[in-house]
Amino acid sequence: MTCQDHKELMMAYLDNELDEQQKRTFEEHLAGCPECTRDLAEFRKLKKMTDCVAFVEPEDRVWDQYWGNVYNRFERGVGWILFSVAAIALLIYGGFQAIENIIQDPTIGMLMKTGLLALLGGLAILFVSVLRERLYFWSRDRYRDVRR
Amino acid sequence: MKLNGICQDNTAALWDSQAGPKEAFELIVKRHMKDAYLIALGLVGNREDALELSQEAFYRAYKHYDTLQSKGKFFPWFYQILRNLCFSHLRKKRVRRASSLDDTQFGGPEPQEADCFEPDAIAERNEAKDRIWKAMSRLDDKHREVILLRHFRNMSYDEMAKVLFCNRGTVTSRLFYARQQLKEILDK
Repeated sequence: MTCQDHKELMMAYLDNELDEQQKRTFEEHLAGCPECTRDLAEFRKLKKMTDCVAFVEPEDRVWDQYWGNVYNRFERGVGWILFSVAAIALLIYGGFQAIENIIQDPTIGMLMKTGLLALLGGLAILFVSVLRERLYFWSRDRYRDVRR
Repeated sequence: MKLNGICQDNTAALWDSQAGPKEAFELIVKRHMKDAYLIALGLVGNREDALELSQEAFYRAYKHYDTLQSKGKFFPWFYQILRNLCFSHLRKKRVRRASSLDDTQFGGPEPQEADCFEPDAIAERNEAKDRIWKAMSRLDDKHREVILLRHFRNMSYDEMAKVLFCNRGTVTSRLFYARQQLKEILDK
């Protein structure tokens, strides 16, 4: 084993995570390696310093309200879904109504009506094209189940 | 507060024993909320953000609970959601900070220190503890994570391997480089 291997073993030694055999092997190495002995002393000092640091725990009030705050997210999630579905449905309905009114309105010129229909046709083609591309790549993505 | 045994939780039994999923999840949240908050605090260094992110992690865990294949391994799975949220939050903050620096000084150096690491997040402050905390904020995310789990949350190597989805060797190695980096920062 190299000194570098022992340095990684040193961490487990420091944290009391070695079994008796590994401990003995490491201590044997330590007896003949002043560099590792010095490093161990430094890491031990560092561990002592970091072990002294603790976080401030919030007051009981925070814990009392904690579940309530998580629960509010569930409710808001359902609320947002309903809101989004309703907004999309209303926008589609309103849009159709508006287009119908414009097309049936004799005071609006033919050019305006043609422009509007071309705009909507363009949007529909773009939407279908992007959707088809996404579906195509999604169905062939070999990594779609890989957790990131 | 120690986390010993946190990975062998009784989430599956809690889930099965309750009348509805929300009631069961309430018990799960109450069991893990302190650990979740304190881990998030160690990762992002800010109390308000830690509270917000830990609650969001529980919300996401509830939404995707069906995808958890082994119900008895809730905490390691939940931990992945929490850490991803925290790291993504830090990344966004760094990007925002870097772009605001770009606005004021073109070609300025990218910030090395994770911003928003509040010194008053730590108990019984003194100069030495403040130095450690500041040095922690300058560690890479993955190195800070192992220091947090080992020193601040007192997890065993096996527990760390479980929540980090790696083996003990990786934990040991990562801990070595993290401590080395921390030592170098403190020696500067």
